[in-house]
Amino acid sequence: MPEIKVTPLGAGQDVGRSCILVSIGGKNIMLDCGMHMGFNDDRRFPDFSYITQNGRLTEFLDCVIISHFHLDHCGALPYMSEMVGYDGPIYMTHPTKAICPILLEDFRKITVDKKGETNFFTSQMIKDCMKKVVPLNLHQTVQVDEELEIKAYYAGHVLGAAMVQIKVGSESVVYTGDYNMTPDRHLGAAWIDKCRPDLLISESTYATTIRDSKRCRERDFLKKVHETVERGGKVLIPVFALGRAQELCILLETFWERMNLKAPIYFSTGMTEKANHYYKLFITWTNQKIRKTFVQRNMFEFKHIKPFDRSYADNPGPMVVFATPGMLHAGQSLQIFKKWAGNEKNMVIMPGYCVQGTIGHKILNGQRKLELEGRSTLEVKLQVEYMSFSAHADAKGIMQLIRMAEPRNMLLVHGEAVKMEFLKGKIEQEFSNIVLTINLKHTFLTYYLEKGTLPDPKKPRTMHGTLIMKENSLRLVSPEQAMKELGLSEHHLRFTCRVQLQDPHSDADTLHRIYMHLKSVLKGYTTQHLPDSMSVMVESIVVKVSSSTEDPNTKVLLLSWSYQDEDLGSFLSTLLKKGLPSVLC
Amino acid sequence: MAAHLKKRVYEEYSKVIQIPPEEAPQKKLRLSKPSKSAALHIDLCKASGSTEALQYLLQFARKSVEADSVEGVIRILLEHYYKETDNSVRLKIVSLLGLLSKTKGFSPDCIVDDVKNTTTTQRLIEMACKHLADTYFGVRNKCLEVLGHLGTVDSPLSRDGEAHPSLSGLRDVQSVISDYFGDQEPRVRTAAIKAMLQLHERGMKINQIIYEQACRLLSDDYEQVRSAAVQMVWVLSQLYPESIVPIPSSNEEVRLVDDSFGKISHMVNDGSWMVRVQAAKTLGSMLQVSHYFLEQTLDKKLMSDLRRKRTAHERAKELYASGEFSSGRKWADDAPKERLDTNAVNLIASGACGAFVHGLEDEMYEVRIAAVEALSLLAQSSPSFAEKCLDFLVDMFNDEIEEVRLQSIHVLREISTNIILREDQLDTVLAVLEDKSRDIREALHELICYTNVSNKECVQLALLELLKNLNKYPTDRNSVWKCLKFLGSRHPTLVLPLVPELLSTHPYFDTPEPDMDDPAYIAVLVLVFNAAQACPTMSSLFSDHTFRHYAYLRDSLSHLVPALRLAGRGVELVGSAAGPGSVESAQVFLQDSLNRTNTIHSLEAPGSQDLLDFTIRDLQRLGELQTELAGAADFCATYLRCQLLLMKALQEKFWNMAVPLCLKQNVMATAAARQILEETYKLEFVYSGLERRQVATVHHVRLQARALQLVLTARTRKGLEPLVSSCDKFLQEVDSFQRQFLTELPHFQESFVGKLLELMPRLSSCKTVELIKILQSTLRQSSMLPLTLPQQLHRATATIIEPTGESDNPLKFTTGLVVALDIDATLEHVQDPQSRVKVQVLYPDGQAHVITPKPGDFRKPGPDRHRLITQVYLSHSAWTDPGHVEVSLLLAYSSSTSSKPSWADSTDSLPPPEGAIEGTIPFSKSVKVLIMPKPARR
Repeated sequence: MPEIKVTPLGAGQDVGRSCILVSIGGKNIMLDCGMHMGFNDDRRFPDFSYITQNGRLTEFLDCVIISHFHLDHCGALPYMSEMVGYDGPIYMTHPTKAICPILLEDFRKITVDKKGETNFFTSQMIKDCMKKVVPLNLHQTVQVDEELEIKAYYAGHVLGAAMVQIKVGSESVVYTGDYNMTPDRHLGAAWIDKCRPDLLISESTYATTIRDSKRCRERDFLKKVHETVERGGKVLIPVFALGRAQELCILLETFWERMNLKAPIYFSTGMTEKANHYYKLFITWTNQKIRKTFVQRNMFEFKHIKPFDRSYADNPGPMVVFATPGMLHAGQSLQIFKKWAGNEKNMVIMPGYCVQGTIGHKILNGQRKLELEGRSTLEVKLQVEYMSFSAHADAKGIMQLIRMAEPRNMLLVHGEAVKMEFLKGKIEQEFSNIVLTINLKHTFLTYYLEKGTLPDPKKPRTMHGTLIMKENSLRLVSPEQAMKELGLSEHHLRFTCRVQLQDPHSDADTLHRIYMHLKSVLKGYTTQHLPDSMSVMVESIVVKVSSSTEDPNTKVLLLSWSYQDEDLGSFLSTLLKKGLPSVLC
Repeated sequence: MAAHLKKRVYEEYSKVIQIPPEEAPQKKLRLSKPSKSAALHIDLCKASGSTEALQYLLQFARKSVEADSVEGVIRILLEHYYKETDNSVRLKIVSLLGLLSKTKGFSPDCIVDDVKNTTTTQRLIEMACKHLADTYFGVRNKCLEVLGHLGTVDSPLSRDGEAHPSLSGLRDVQSVISDYFGDQEPRVRTAAIKAMLQLHERGMKINQIIYEQACRLLSDDYEQVRSAAVQMVWVLSQLYPESIVPIPSSNEEVRLVDDSFGKISHMVNDGSWMVRVQAAKTLGSMLQVSHYFLEQTLDKKLMSDLRRKRTAHERAKELYASGEFSSGRKWADDAPKERLDTNAVNLIASGACGAFVHGLEDEMYEVRIAAVEALSLLAQSSPSFAEKCLDFLVDMFNDEIEEVRLQSIHVLREISTNIILREDQLDTVLAVLEDKSRDIREALHELICYTNVSNKECVQLALLELLKNLNKYPTDRNSVWKCLKFLGSRHPTLVLPLVPELLSTHPYFDTPEPDMDDPAYIAVLVLVFNAAQACPTMSSLFSDHTFRHYAYLRDSLSHLVPALRLAGRGVELVGSAAGPGSVESAQVFLQDSLNRTNTIHSLEAPGSQDLLDFTIRDLQRLGELQTELAGAADFCATYLRCQLLLMKALQEKFWNMAVPLCLKQNVMATAAARQILEETYKLEFVYSGLERRQVATVHHVRLQARALQLVLTARTRKGLEPLVSSCDKFLQEVDSFQRQFLTELPHFQESFVGKLLELMPRLSSCKTVELIKILQSTLRQSSMLPLTLPQQLHRATATIIEPTGESDNPLKFTTGLVVALDIDATLEHVQDPQSRVKVQVLYPDGQAHVITPKPGDFRKPGPDRHRLITQVYLSHSAWTDPGHVEVSLLLAYSSSTSSKPSWADSTDSLPPPEGAIEGTIPFSKSVKVLIMPKPARR
């Protein structure tokens, strides 16, 4: 029985520290290795001890796959590979490999240099970790070893984001990472072919949202920024250095150019410069417009957007500032926010998702007084606007992906439990043929792909008959006859299983009761009672009863079935394990 | 057996090659002998064996056959074809038939009919059916193709009884083809759908039963299958829009067109962009869809209307909570609101909702453009949908690709009759006025011309933005003024309260008089005056200088400033106020004038020349007054002028004199002939909308002019030798006239050509001198041909907007190098301008350059209108003073393109159609540009 085991070490039913273990066909794969933004202690990394209690990571894992460069998908990578210890291959796309170390280095700097934490990974570790990375191309099938192969698909979301198809033999799993089904100003839409995987593991950040048209959002955003700037106010847009930031930059840049606006736009941090460089280079990963026009002018060469300096924050007059990080939990964006929060002319626009516990989350929920670290409080007077620019697929996008890939089973991760439950209902309504599981708590639950229903008596059999081709003539004969003609001997493969049963009756009576029970359950099958050999036959399955030596009330059932009736046999064993019904006719 | 036959065929072929060519190269037989077919018949009957028959056929093939005997020959050949048993002979006969069918002047229809009557079709179909079970997909593809082209739905075809004993029943082509919708090979599935579409195209009735199958194919794994299936579903939806189909998993039913609309909407989310484009395009043509479904395409959430509920209670609850999904606009409103209702039945799959929202934000701009076009078509047919899709279209003005922006502006203009813009929408629309691209701005001006706005703030906003635009891009002057003209005349009551502010008048104080040359002030005045036309009270708000400016503008910009009734003022400029019925009366007048002239037969009749003169003058004036009839009036006037010239040239007294005595008249007549020729080309090519009858009339005049030329040359020249070739040419022309206007000939019975054609057999054989004599007499006997008034006639015109020719500053450039001159011109009623319109540059030294603009320089802002924005490169050697070059537009023509070649002309055996005359007609006023080439500095 094929079994795919999925263990989320993080991001089972929340957002942050995505890390999912998949066991498929005897291979173990780790999908993403992220960190949680909301915690500053050990909880920010996935709990690798779940694996390491049985030995080293390298022995357990066949490969690690990173879907994209956001820290909640790759932040724990150096920790895992260098501090916990993993030497196997790490797969990611080219842009991810290029940009990921920049973000990790930045993250390290903030944690170690600013907050003074020790026992954290070092720059050298990041470099060593990156040496283990094997780059992937889109739609390129990579053989990890003889049995395991992986293939990347375009996922939108951020530059270099990919969905991965993992295939072992005939079983396959698709892991989406984060993806986006609506194209934006700089990236295209996610795309996958009809690969019909056994399991689709999809993110579900926006499980209950169907967003308005993208253009509506863009127009609202531009209007809000424009109005504030015309009033002379300052606009703060907290972003993560890469991803949304570039989209919004392109949006504002074109708008400024068109409307001939003079107010300055700044972009904080030097790391953007480096990252922007990669955006200019990886043109093939962007959308149609940029790909078509980059010969004349690369859209990422901004005219109106200048680098930010700390001192500019106190300048009078209107300005627009993009500052990192995006959830206002630390760094420059928080500093600027503190400076500007007192003036009601100013505005902060949160373009994306905020994790619980961050200041971003608090102000979005309407909190007007914030407690800061030094026991001081901050009054928030500026306008707080939320605009969902984050490039995750909404409910409609998720459905669209399901329709494109046509999976047999579906697993929702990376979202909130209630919302997942809601989406589950929606998906079940729309696609009746998909067995759907939403992942329960992020405690380690295993998920079995199991056949819970009675197999169909007219199911396809392993072998119905034999077609003999001899001297241009075709004959259809029964397997037995074919074997006789060809002089082959038949090999039988039988499975046996013991089931203990509490039953006070005598052996013969128990057998009779079992016979009656099976006869009532298995309607389409031939069931025979053979009292002389103390057994019951269902097709090729034999059930024998004998009393246990210690306790006469405990009966031991011996089940034996041939390979051809595997399905029925396993069904019977689970059925008998449940015991016999007390009342039998 | 087969091998043996094949061998025989090869033998026959080898014999064919061995026979040496006996006869001299092809000789054209002039005489038509009826014996031709008879001889062949006798020969073939005589032939004892197949070899002999083949010999005869080969001999026959080497001779050419006259057109009139072809039919007989073919009949004989066909007869023998059926009698003949030998395959090689039959092959030869068929190949001969093929050759014969190409003979000029013979229509091959009769052969085809004959062949069709045989069982060939039936056999082909049977063959195709038999091979449908082939294992190779290519064979199945071709078989399906054959079925699609030949199969008929009415006649059931029997399948090969031996192969399928169980299926001995009769089945029609459609069900046979639809069996292959489920083929394992995607290419065969595609071919099957294509074959079905082919059946439909041939006018066969497609049965509705395949609808379900076609719908299933929409979710095929292969894109070409899905793409074809979209077409198939669309065809069915057009055939059976009103039939009812059930919704799976429920007992509800919907109209087929609605169901298929939902399904095709669904395809806008397809994985392949080719399919998405196809689906988006298809949606645009499904106009019968009900508006519930239509509006759903603009909303991504499934609305309650499209669900059927079991109980009224639940329905009420549904209305209360209209949407269960959040919109993502507000933070934290995305907690799930409503639990799923298992009793609800979706009428359409939720993937189909918001098809246009998806289409409009698709990654590929091809899909976006297709979606915009579809929106336009649907919005034109449904005003309520137009209202709803407005926001989406306005949003498209911010698209990243200019082409898409432009397209959406055009679309908005097309549907603007159905809508009124709100202030915020207008705001977004007007923001685009600052766009850098000229095309976009002009499209937007065009849009504003047709837009209705809701209140006076909107008018003010529009004016302000337009003035800003004018300030930023002064070249948009004309376009902005025109735009304000329409804005004013559309919203007179909204402009009225704004007038004091716009003209900055004050109740007590005199305000300074604004500068009359300021384009912005002119813009404001254009708006006000046009509004005042429909709002007589407005003029009381004008100050004195406004009236003066009105008088000035009415003269200088009469196309922008309408005539106003300004009571009590000295400026009573109300013209001959064109009443509503005046177009009809003008038409009547035109017809009357023509009828009057039709009575004239020669100029000898007293007053006839005057009558023509006056009529021409009247018509020209009419053209100026009635712009709707300008084309027709001009056309008639020009035609009459040709006639007048012709008649003058043929005046009695001059022809009776000896040649040396009337040299002067001779020169005059020659000039007249040339002028008539020129005018006829103008008549033929400058006017669009000519009917066949008029073209024939024009050609007739041209023939007359040619004849006149011929006669004149004959009179003045001594030798006849040079005339021989031109006579031949003339006869050819008459011949081609006859062929071209076969259907019109009855109208020309009494005319010059009619008489010539009567004499044709004589003409072709007689001597040149005689010919000239005949021509002269017929020409002089011929009367004027009455002109029928064409229904829709437009004259191609061009106006060069830029350069204006007013600038005194010369364009300086270094000698020998080039300078680019921007040209901006509007063309009206020009067909196919890309190939026909040229720019001519005339230098002061008489050099003329003709430049062909790039096809991309032509834009089409409206029907029958084109805009040429191009650059021409000038260069010259050094001058001492600045000099003018003249720039004008030419219309190129070539008579070969206008005359449709008959089918025989296309065979390569014939020379290209004779007498393809090419030339150019200037059709715009020329503009002078001052340029100054300076010597290069060393």
